[in-house]
Amino acid sequence: MKTETIKTLRAFLIELAVYAVLVIAYFFLVLHFLGNGLRQLEVNHRYTYAGVSILLIIGQAVLLENVTTFLLRLLRGRSE
Amino acid sequence: MLFPISGAHISPIYLAVIGFLIGILGGFFGVGGSFIAGPALRAVGLDWNFAVGTDLAHIVGKSVVAAKRHRALGNVDLKLGLIMAFGTIGGAEVGAQLIQMLKRAGNVNLVVSIVSIAVYVSISSFMIWESRKTLASKKPLPPASAKGAKQDRSAFQHVTRAIQRLKLAPIIHLPVSGVRISLWIILVVAFVGGLFSGFLGGGAGYIRMPSMVYVLGIPTHLAVGTDLFEIIISASYGTFSHAVKGNVDILIALVMHTGAAIGAQIGAISTQYFAGPKIRLAFVPLPLIGAAIVIYTLFTGHKL
Repeated sequence: MKTETIKTLRAFLIELAVYAVLVIAYFFLVLHFLGNGLRQLEVNHRYTYAGVSILLIIGQAVLLENVTTFLLRLLRGRSE
Repeated sequence: MLFPISGAHISPIYLAVIGFLIGILGGFFGVGGSFIAGPALRAVGLDWNFAVGTDLAHIVGKSVVAAKRHRALGNVDLKLGLIMAFGTIGGAEVGAQLIQMLKRAGNVNLVVSIVSIAVYVSISSFMIWESRKTLASKKPLPPASAKGAKQDRSAFQHVTRAIQRLKLAPIIHLPVSGVRISLWIILVVAFVGGLFSGFLGGGAGYIRMPSMVYVLGIPTHLAVGTDLFEIIISASYGTFSHAVKGNVDILIALVMHTGAAIGAQIGAISTQYFAGPKIRLAFVPLPLIGAAIVIYTLFTGHKL
C-alpha cells in the first residue's frame, strides 16, 4: 500500500514536471502568435471573438485532458 | 507578460498556479472557484468586469475536464444538469445585464465587492452550522467508499423533504439522484445560481452546489458532478454574453486553464475518499478566503 502511494506520488511529480515544460512552451509559442489576431478580432468582430473564445477554451480543455491522461498512462503503465 | 486584449501585465506563472489551485478545489467541490479566481485576478489589477468575464471562460475549460472525470465516477445526473441549464442561462443573462448597468453607472467595483462579501460570508456561516450539526448527530456517517459515499444525509433534511413534498406540477423524477421534485423548484434554484453567476462571475457553484444538496436533496457527490456538468453549459453561455460586451480576455483564461486542467483531475478523483458532510465542512473556508481577498482589495485599492 505504501509502495503504491510512493509510486503514485512519484508518477504525479514527474507528470507535473513534464506538464510544466509543455505549458511553458505553450505560453511562449501559441499564445504569442494568437495575441494580436485575437485582439483584432475582439475590437472588430465581437461576436466572432465570443464564438472563437469558447471554441479555444473547450479545444484546449479536451487537448490538455488527453495530454494529462496520456502522461498518467505513460508513467504508471495503466489506464486512469 | 502583456495580455493585449485587457492591456494587463500579469505573470503567466501566477495565472497557472492560481488555475491549478482553483482546479483542485473545483474538481473536489464542484464549484467554478470564482470566489478565489475573481479576487485573484482583481488583486493583480484587472477590472471586475474583465475578472468576471475572463473567469467564466476559464471555468468552461476546467469544468469540461472535471465533469468528464466525475462522469467516469458515476457522479453526474445528466437529466438534472440539462434541466438546470435552462434556468441558469436565464439567470446569467439577468446578472450580466446588471453588471452592464453598474458599469455604465461607474460603480461596478464597489457594488460587486460588497455583494460578493455578503454572499460568501452567508454561505460559509450556513454550511458550517449544517455540516457540524450533521457530523455531531448520533446517526453513523455512510462509508466513504464507492456506492456508500453517495448515500448522504443532512441536518437540514426536514426542510429538504418539505420542499420535495410540494405538489407544483409537473413533478420530475430523477432516478440517478433518487429524487422526485417539482420542475419549478429546480428552475428557481438554477435561476438564482445563474443570476449570481452573471453578476459575480464564475459558475456560481458556491450557490448552486449547496442549493442542490439542501433545497433539491441531491446527494453531495452527485451535486458536485452534476454542478460541473451544468456549469459547462451555463458558463459557455455566460462567456459568450460577456465576450460580446467586451469583458473577456481569452488569453488570460487560456493561461489559467493550463494549471486548472491538471488540478481539476486531482480534485475530482479525491472526492471518492470523503463522505458528503465532510466535503461540505471542508467547503466552508473557501468562500471566506474569497471574502477576505475582496475586503483586502476594497480597502487597499488593489494588488496583494
